Amino acid sequence: MTRTFTLMRARDRDRRRLLRGAAAAAGSALLAGCDRLSHNDSFARTLQSAEHLNRAIAKVVAPRPAMAQEFGPEQVAQTFRGNGTLSPRDADYVALRDAGFADYRLQVGGLVAKPLELTLAELRALPSRTQITRHDCVEGWSCIGKWKGVQLARILEMVEPKPEAKFVLFRCFDSMDGPSLDGRDSRYYESIDLDDAHHAQTILAYELNDKALPVTNGAPLRCRVERQLGYKQAKYIRSIELIDSFAAIRGGKGGYWEDEGYEWYGGI
Amino acid sequence: MDIEATATAPAIVARPARRVYRHRLPVRVMHWINVVCLTVLLMSGLNIFNAHPALYWGRESTFATPWISFGARNTPNGPVGYTRIGNTEFDTTGVLGLSTSGEGSRPMARAFPTWATIPGPQWLAMARHWHLFFAWLFVINGVAYVLFTIFSRHLTRDLVPTRDELRNIGRSIVDHLKLKHPTGDAATRYNVLQSLTYLIVIFGLLPLVVVCGLAMSPRLDTVFTGWVELLGGRQSARTLHFLAAFGLLLFVVVHVAEVFIAGVWNEMRSMVTGWYTIPEERARQEVQP
Repeated sequence: MTRTFTLMRARDRDRRRLLRGAAAAAGSALLAGCDRLSHNDSFARTLQSAEHLNRAIAKVVAPRPAMAQEFGPEQVAQTFRGNGTLSPRDADYVALRDAGFADYRLQVGGLVAKPLELTLAELRALPSRTQITRHDCVEGWSCIGKWKGVQLARILEMVEPKPEAKFVLFRCFDSMDGPSLDGRDSRYYESIDLDDAHHAQTILAYELNDKALPVTNGAPLRCRVERQLGYKQAKYIRSIELIDSFAAIRGGKGGYWEDEGYEWYGGI
Repeated sequence: MDIEATATAPAIVARPARRVYRHRLPVRVMHWINVVCLTVLLMSGLNIFNAHPALYWGRESTFATPWISFGARNTPNGPVGYTRIGNTEFDTTGVLGLSTSGEGSRPMARAFPTWATIPGPQWLAMARHWHLFFAWLFVINGVAYVLFTIFSRHLTRDLVPTRDELRNIGRSIVDHLKLKHPTGDAATRYNVLQSLTYLIVIFGLLPLVVVCGLAMSPRLDTVFTGWVELLGGRQSARTLHFLAAFGLLLFVVVHVAEVFIAGVWNEMRSMVTGWYTIPEERARQEVQP
């Protein structure tokens, strides 16, 4: 009796071990399969096709002028978290920074009738917008800050975009891989469409929490596109260009992180 | 089966083993689509979570004081992985906070281990592609399922418990605790705890996880200004999204355990082919002459 029982227990144990082994093997085969799929271009493209749907749906349910939530002054975070580049090491930036950005000129050009150069003082002299908004990083965290700057729409009015212009391109100072020795350009760049460019809350910010924009947060000038994720909010803006396509620029995906695989539409 | 043979059956065995058609084709198809979607969503979600392995309550992140966080740190005895809830820290080396990607690999600081995430390596951009693609499949499948349950009357006939069943909920709880399962005719119907669980999952947890997911989208937050406040703010929504996902995981664990207890082949067959076998009922019943 005891013998039978032991035998049965042994058989049970074997079966359990077999089942567990089979489950583990099936599980790791599935995982390996998923990882292989992630590296398969056409599969990755299929997954990424959801981005178009997300963007189309977002434009329907949250139309062009819909405003991001604005908060009260008591909700502003003590320190606004900096992320990505915190202090560009590029020589041209360092020189500007050390001179207190007195020599800074924002260049606005590309597909425009009247290209323009603006100093910080000229930007500050333009009508401004102040907004207390929440910054949502693609990593998952959020931070509330008070931004002051010029509406991008106002700048566009001044330069008069040509009819073929479809996107606004931001070229930034900071090289993401450090200043390049071999001439490879890794400077941050971003692009947004004209709907977002004309949105009331899309500003070129020069102030954060009532002080000049700190270097960690993109001094002297950064973009706020409030209805998209953090990586769309270009910091350390060097120049702005109106373009009809970003296919020929760097990786062709419209931004530094986009070239690394992130969605161009950062509204989700 | 031959009718005459049944009529002359011995009086002591009431009913021989029989097969019943328990799950219709659309339900079966949608069930398995859902299995794939939830698996991918959970595992890609954990990869996304690993990018910032801390949760907060409120509108924004209070970086110094998450209610839960995962991490790794060096100690004189080597690196350890920890899970911190409030001010209490648990050593979860090997699984949470610090883990290896298989035998012989170096321990890595990551909240959830490679075997729990899609993709295995830390890859936020790709995890988001998986997550946001399968989220669409999951929502379309879920909406189709809810419409089907309503229009096929699956909802009112099978899922909503009757008043009698609700009255006898106590006995159902005791039966479950004893791992005793309904037999005979009762096995063709969902029992009351089962229906209530399904209703909570279908109309509670699943919509919650979707709404909280949408609340994390900065664009969708603008549909009605301030609607995310109803969930306690964006970081609360992220917390609720995570908790609802783990609620779903808990449901799946119990659901699969129940399948094993109730008879894995029979249950699996019924969810694949639709047919469920009710074993021979041995209870001796008096048959009226």
